[in-house]
Amino acid sequence: MVHGMPLPRTETLATTTGPGDQPGESAISMRNVVKRYGEVAAVDGLDLDVPVGVCLGLLGPNGAGKSTTMRMLTAQSIADTGRINVLGYDVPRASKQARAAMGVVPQEDNLDTELTARQNLAVFARLYRVPARRRRAAVEQALALAQLNDRADTVTEKLSGGMRRRLLIARALVHRPRLVLLDEPTVGLDPQVRQELWSLIAGLGADGVTVLMSTHYIEEAERLAQDVAIMSRGRVIARDTPARLIDAHAGRTAAEYYGPPPKLAEIAARAEAAGFTTRRTGPSVSVLRAENMPAELDDRLGIGVRRAATLEDVFVALTGERVE
Amino acid sequence: MSTTDDAGANTTGANTTGGTGETRRLRRIEPAALAGVITHDITLFRRYWPSTSFSAVVEPTIYLLAFGWGFGSLVSVVAGYRYVEFLGTGVVASAVLFASAFASMFQTFVRRTYQKLYGAVLAAPVDVPEIVLGEALWIAAKAGVYGCAPLLVAIAFGLDPTPGMLVIPFVGFLTGLGFGLFGIWTSALVPSIDSFSYIISGVLTPLFLVAGTFFPVSELPGWARALSWANPLYHCVELVRDAAFGFAPLADLGHLGALGVFAGIMWLLAVRSMRRRLID
Ligand SMILES: Nc1ncnc2c1ncn2[C@@H]1O[C@H](COP(=O)(O)OP(=O)(O)O)[C@@H](O)[C@H]1O
Ligand SMILES: [Mg+2]
Repeated sequence: MVHGMPLPRTETLATTTGPGDQPGESAISMRNVVKRYGEVAAVDGLDLDVPVGVCLGLLGPNGAGKSTTMRMLTAQSIADTGRINVLGYDVPRASKQARAAMGVVPQEDNLDTELTARQNLAVFARLYRVPARRRRAAVEQALALAQLNDRADTVTEKLSGGMRRRLLIARALVHRPRLVLLDEPTVGLDPQVRQELWSLIAGLGADGVTVLMSTHYIEEAERLAQDVAIMSRGRVIARDTPARLIDAHAGRTAAEYYGPPPKLAEIAARAEAAGFTTRRTGPSVSVLRAENMPAELDDRLGIGVRRAATLEDVFVALTGERVE
Repeated sequence: MSTTDDAGANTTGANTTGGTGETRRLRRIEPAALAGVITHDITLFRRYWPSTSFSAVVEPTIYLLAFGWGFGSLVSVVAGYRYVEFLGTGVVASAVLFASAFASMFQTFVRRTYQKLYGAVLAAPVDVPEIVLGEALWIAAKAGVYGCAPLLVAIAFGLDPTPGMLVIPFVGFLTGLGFGLFGIWTSALVPSIDSFSYIISGVLTPLFLVAGTFFPVSELPGWARALSWANPLYHCVELVRDAAFGFAPLADLGHLGALGVFAGIMWLLAVRSMRRRLID
């Protein structure tokens, strides 16, 4: 991979091509990365590649190390060991150049609530080195993207949660980055706002921007990500397209049984004795790979509802943990 | 607005990023990054300048009036100056202190912790030293301007304007730079915003009282006089008085040097403590 490209002088840094920009190359590459906080290994031997132009979903429960991974990519957290390369730049050594071409949407809202939407964008257009003659247009485009044109001069404090999230995303895009990091972009938002954000994020992928999105919502990963990396206890334990992950680890269908808890426990015990993976799904118990169930076991378990296997089944099958 | 030429900082392809911490960031300070940080300050200032300016001007003015009338009626001449002259020039340092250290401590703390704003800035191509310097330069500029407020009040009360006074904003700037950085440094040391009261009562108030603002340092016992040399505000007061009433070149170079050293040490401490807080 080519290193040492000087930052371009005139155009927006982010729109020009540079290292780590060709299809087939990796926009992000992490090798055996470890980050400890005292006794806790937040990230514990992580290997991750995000090819250019792909939206990768980093799926894992709280505490899996997703945010720490994101922070290491912008050198706000420094790895203890391992190698990190972002857009062709070594991180943390040349992180500043990498940051010029990437946008970050953090898990926690860190907008300046005392500024208006437009002022927030204008400040970051400068911090991201958008050239003076393009700055005004860049801010207006970002406002349009966030659908905040008519609230542009409202103080951020007064915007709704959904609007603030959109502004947070627009702020990360004001310099047209080639790579966008989204850390749990819809956590804590109501379903309708979540839908809006999903179409915004899907739009990024359509523009050829590389996206790394962490989430603990299975549905979010299934909808937006071409590729999913399942993260547990600081490392990636499986990585593929959602369809292939499901096929490989959860089969095609699951059988779901409802009933009183003792009954469910009995069903689970029987299925497991026959070598099947089961998991509690709210008021029911699911038996994975139901397509392989012998007729005799099927009869003994009673009447189960067949449903398509999901990423959540994969997750549980792989880790034994629940995601949410 | 200039983008950067970072080729020099990034020439080799050596992939040795063990992350052990030595070579971890580009140390260069880019004017464009400073401009971005200061733009943020100016944007906020446009919103809040009436209240900021009010307290920056009114507080030192109150000292001036209270001491000037109360104390000035008892003594008319101090250290060879009329008391209004002595006090009017001395309070410049207080105004600088209020506009720099106090503003800087609280503002930096709030931006780092409650707003998490610096986390957002560090995600852009901006590094910790650029945040620290950008914030400090803006605070210093404000301190330089606000520092002149008591001088104007004193002029209205009979202090004679002199050409030398034109230097005073720069003295305020340099002092404000040091105390602004002091505020940034301490904002990264304290566990919570309440802890500032220790710094204010334990450090800033004593510095403020024995800087030669209200009475000459020469009235103090010898050991305290020697200590005042370690008080940056004392050097500010002396420089301001000399600017107003006539320079004493050698001594003033000493004062200037002391303020420079203060700012330099505060810079190192501020960058180090902020980096510790912001990068883990
Ligand atoms: N600054 C920190 N200090 C101490 N522990 C931390 C810090 N940041 C993260 N951790 C710990 O590292 C683990 C991973 O956290 P995080 O990366 O936030 O996970 P996720 O984003 O997947 O929920 C957790 O156990 C968390 O408590
Ligand atoms: Mg997280």
